[in-house]
Amino acid sequence: MLLYFCQRVAYVVGIVLVVSLLIFSITQIMPGNVAYVILGDFAPLEQIHALEEKLGFNDPWYVQYWRWLSQIARLDFGDSLIMERPIGPILWQAVANSAVLAVISIVLVAVIGIWLGVVSAVRHGKASDHVVSIGTYIVLAVPEFFWCIVLIVVFAGSLQWLPATGYTSMDEGFFVWASHLVLPVVALVMGLVAHVSRLTRSSMLEVMQSPYVVAARARGIPEARVIRGHALPNALLPTITVLAIDIGVLMGGMVVVETIFSYPGLGRLLIFGIQQLDLPLIQAAMMVVAVIYALANLLADVLYAFLNPRIRFGKAAHG
Amino acid sequence: MVDATTATPAATAAPPARRRRPWPATLVWGTAGIAAVLAFALVGAVWTPHPYDGMNISARFAAPSATYWLGTDEFGRDVLSRVMAGAHLSLFMGAFATFISLAVGVPLGLIAGYFRGLREEVIMRAVDVMISIPPIMLGLLILAVTTPDIWKSAGAVGLIYVPIIVRLTRGVTLELGAQEFIEAARARGERDWYILFVEILPNAWPPIIVEAALRVTFAILLGAALSFLGLGVQPPASDWGLMIAEGRPFLSQAPWIAIAPGVALVVTVILINLFGDGLRERLDPRLRQKGA
Repeated sequence: MLLYFCQRVAYVVGIVLVVSLLIFSITQIMPGNVAYVILGDFAPLEQIHALEEKLGFNDPWYVQYWRWLSQIARLDFGDSLIMERPIGPILWQAVANSAVLAVISIVLVAVIGIWLGVVSAVRHGKASDHVVSIGTYIVLAVPEFFWCIVLIVVFAGSLQWLPATGYTSMDEGFFVWASHLVLPVVALVMGLVAHVSRLTRSSMLEVMQSPYVVAARARGIPEARVIRGHALPNALLPTITVLAIDIGVLMGGMVVVETIFSYPGLGRLLIFGIQQLDLPLIQAAMMVVAVIYALANLLADVLYAFLNPRIRFGKAAHG
Repeated sequence: MVDATTATPAATAAPPARRRRPWPATLVWGTAGIAAVLAFALVGAVWTPHPYDGMNISARFAAPSATYWLGTDEFGRDVLSRVMAGAHLSLFMGAFATFISLAVGVPLGLIAGYFRGLREEVIMRAVDVMISIPPIMLGLLILAVTTPDIWKSAGAVGLIYVPIIVRLTRGVTLELGAQEFIEAARARGERDWYILFVEILPNAWPPIIVEAALRVTFAILLGAALSFLGLGVQPPASDWGLMIAEGRPFLSQAPWIAIAPGVALVVTVILINLFGDGLRERLDPRLRQKGA
């Protein structure tokens, strides 16, 4: 198990390094950009060249890459070109804000998704199963940004129950804070709940027909205990892996949802950086996203191995 | 393509009644639905009830009525006409992106699954790296540094789904490569490329087609999301994603501007999903229970 864990960690470090190379390559594709953003579009060419020299853009790419990587590794992200402030504090605040959204969302996705999946598997073929199946089928077709629009029109527009956009800190009262979170969280979780519940339902149905569950029933064990004690633990294995993958989907969704709800998180910061062509900010935000994503995948692998003894010894973790 | 499945040794042993298997209901409805969507997009590309970019200042923010079925936007442009005119752009995003992921992913998957060894190792590790980047980030990474246009964002979306196609194709190729008719082809002394493209590929299509149908919907949704963020189709052209973005400032006074293209998007995706599920049932009954 320890060996497996070390292998996975080494693998993740490798992946992050390759991704960092990709992210770094942005500066190589348009190096002139940074100087132009700092000096303005109409700066004389000599000044542009002088600044590029000073910023080290004329060094070979591996020198630049190493310089950038060692800075990032020390968590020194440099200054934002547009905001003319160190990126670090801005970035960590955004990460913290996004983490609030992400943690609430993923917990809701796990609880509601698994619950719906189990209920519809247990009531296989009954009306409630059909309602859940058709409902999730439709929900899966709705993109996050359209959920946002619908939620804003209904709950912020017509009903006026909740604020349409923005964010307040907890200092202004718990309910004010929470009210700004409700719509973004709902928009984020809808599709994922549908995804998780469909997956849980199909793996639950598969497990419920397996010989050991039939045997448990034959021994006269009450159905509720068969479901909770025998079927569910095994049916949840694929769900756990998917939940970790869904963290990645969630981060993609957060880019859109945070932008629409003007929520000051990592996704909105990234889009802001892209719209303003703030290269250091783009790179820092993308790097943080990549690391979080890699850690989520690592978590999924380790959790999966922990729950499934067959993986601990074999090489079946990746196919 | 269906003929190719019956050509495998396993299928020739099946009773002839199998050929007459009726189409599943999902496939019938899905096909009809897709035909309707395509017709809608084709008509919209050449004819719309009002000019899609025709401004009418006296009819700004008009609610849905007999003249303007879905209302008008902030410039008095007919929303229905714009939804119709934008349809082919959204569909194009889905189709072109899927084409890219197939064109790149299928050959790589075939090579990895057939030749094994170093080539497989290199391809699959590259795939691992690509899969380790959150999907939308890969798109943003490409679009962040270049001026956005529809080809680029469709291409970016296509690249995002290459790893999934590679993994799938490799899996199918591994399975097929172990079968007797491949061994027979090798014994006949056929070249590797002949075996790959004439013997394996035709038999590998069914699961790939099914996956591709699913990818089209993901590509349409992701493409719309990119357009929505201003990284896809550029004004004055307008696909559904951009239309939703354009309607966003007016949600309280004229929600139909954003809702109409959104509903069009969702209905299209549901119909294509239906079609994909139907294909899955038709082409590969074993896959029916797998995943959502």
